[in-house]
Amino acid sequence: MSTNLGVWIAAFLTLGIMSFLYKDNPIYKFCEAVFVGVSAGYWFVTEYFTVFLPKVWDNVETAINVLQAEGRMDWFHWSYLLGGILGVLMLLRLVPKIGWISRWPLAVIVGTTSGLWLINYLVSNAMVQVRQTIIPLYVAGNLNASIGNIIIVVGTFCGLIYFFFSKEHKGVFGGAAKVGIWFIMITFGASFGYTVMSRMSLLIARMDFLVGTWLGLLK
Amino acid sequence: MKLFDRLLAIDRRIIFLLVAIAVTLPLFSKTILHIEISPMVKGVYDAVNNLPPGSKVLVTFDYDPASAPELQPMALSFFRHCFSKDLKVIIMGLWPQGPIQANIALEDVFRIPEIKAKNLKYGEDYVNLGYMAGNEVVIQRMGSDIQATFPVDYSGNKTSELPLMKGIKNFDNIDFVYNLSAGYPGTMEWVQFAVDRFHAKLGAGNTAVQAPGMYPYIPRQLVGVLGGMKGGAEYEIIDKHPARAVSYMLSQGVSHAVVVFFIIIGNLAFFATRGKRKTSE
Repeated sequence: MSTNLGVWIAAFLTLGIMSFLYKDNPIYKFCEAVFVGVSAGYWFVTEYFTVFLPKVWDNVETAINVLQAEGRMDWFHWSYLLGGILGVLMLLRLVPKIGWISRWPLAVIVGTTSGLWLINYLVSNAMVQVRQTIIPLYVAGNLNASIGNIIIVVGTFCGLIYFFFSKEHKGVFGGAAKVGIWFIMITFGASFGYTVMSRMSLLIARMDFLVGTWLGLLK
Repeated sequence: MKLFDRLLAIDRRIIFLLVAIAVTLPLFSKTILHIEISPMVKGVYDAVNNLPPGSKVLVTFDYDPASAPELQPMALSFFRHCFSKDLKVIIMGLWPQGPIQANIALEDVFRIPEIKAKNLKYGEDYVNLGYMAGNEVVIQRMGSDIQATFPVDYSGNKTSELPLMKGIKNFDNIDFVYNLSAGYPGTMEWVQFAVDRFHAKLGAGNTAVQAPGMYPYIPRQLVGVLGGMKGGAEYEIIDKHPARAVSYMLSQGVSHAVVVFFIIIGNLAFFATRGKRKTSE
């Protein structure tokens, strides 16, 4: 059994959180509150030291130093102050009377994000993906590749037909849409399977910690 | 019918207990399951294996301790593979805890005798540039100037003074990028910015939840993906150094069998008692 205090605390918190599986209880509530509190504190400190200090404070300080030493405006470093001001404006949501001002920084965020992402999404998730679907249905001497390519083309085509609502899903069109929904369902099933695997992996590691690191039963 | 009624009324806590047993008991076994290598994992392995010694590999740690059970074994085996092939490793993170996870993996990999014998030096054989706030904008800026994006490394050393960083301007000077990702920002952002905009060569290790969403990017935008713990185990097997992920696969297999068993039983019981429920309604 471990003699490390940190391991004991981690084991207590792990068991406390897991105790919710039996039923809600005060120990679970305590562990949950510790988690929320530690997370909030951690993120506050992280944001302060990795965003506010290097991005705003240091740059504005440099701009002030340049102004004092050389008597000129260092616009590059001053520009970081704009981000800081927008950040303060965002906090005005807490003041109901002038809360509407917080829409300005939000507008900046929405505008820059959409500008940044529009082309990237179009290229990576549309154009290149379309290109990846234009593939030969028959690959000479490679049955696996041929079957794989047919599945990709048929799945993409029928999946798109399923989401085409301008024509009633009847006849051949309806049949293709039905094939499309099968492909979509299989995709959801695969994603669910992966999700189960992911959660099991976390549980395995926790049990390994409890049985191995804490209790010392594993060699 | 009574049996099915009882099965449908089974207390969920009994299922939790059975899953816990199914996960824990195999941990005591040394049995190693047979693991098939998927083309997605082989793609990443081959891409690294074909790099000549001295090639520069950028490893980005975009995850935190919550995803470590899945991604940490991948980091460890990837580092082992890189160092055994004398590749130069540059570490960074778009998640604050990422570079810390990298240091944990480095500590572990330096305990392996074959890697320890190489006496790798910080700054020459590997560097940790640390975390940089800004998500995908960081990748965008790295496309222009990596050293301007990371003026100092994780320990506060000037990046420009690190021997390994000499001659590295942008992605043109990086031979391979490997992204360990648990969400946003992660592999999708690396594909969209580093690959499609700056033509970097990218491989990834993802949590199982995220992996299916990355498969459409293979092979044109991604050389391959390690999906969840199974992906990590495959990499350990293909690299001929089975480690933690492989040892967990028996627990994974048995627990999955229990889940599948209950899904089948639940469905059987549901359909067998459906007529009865309709009558009572």
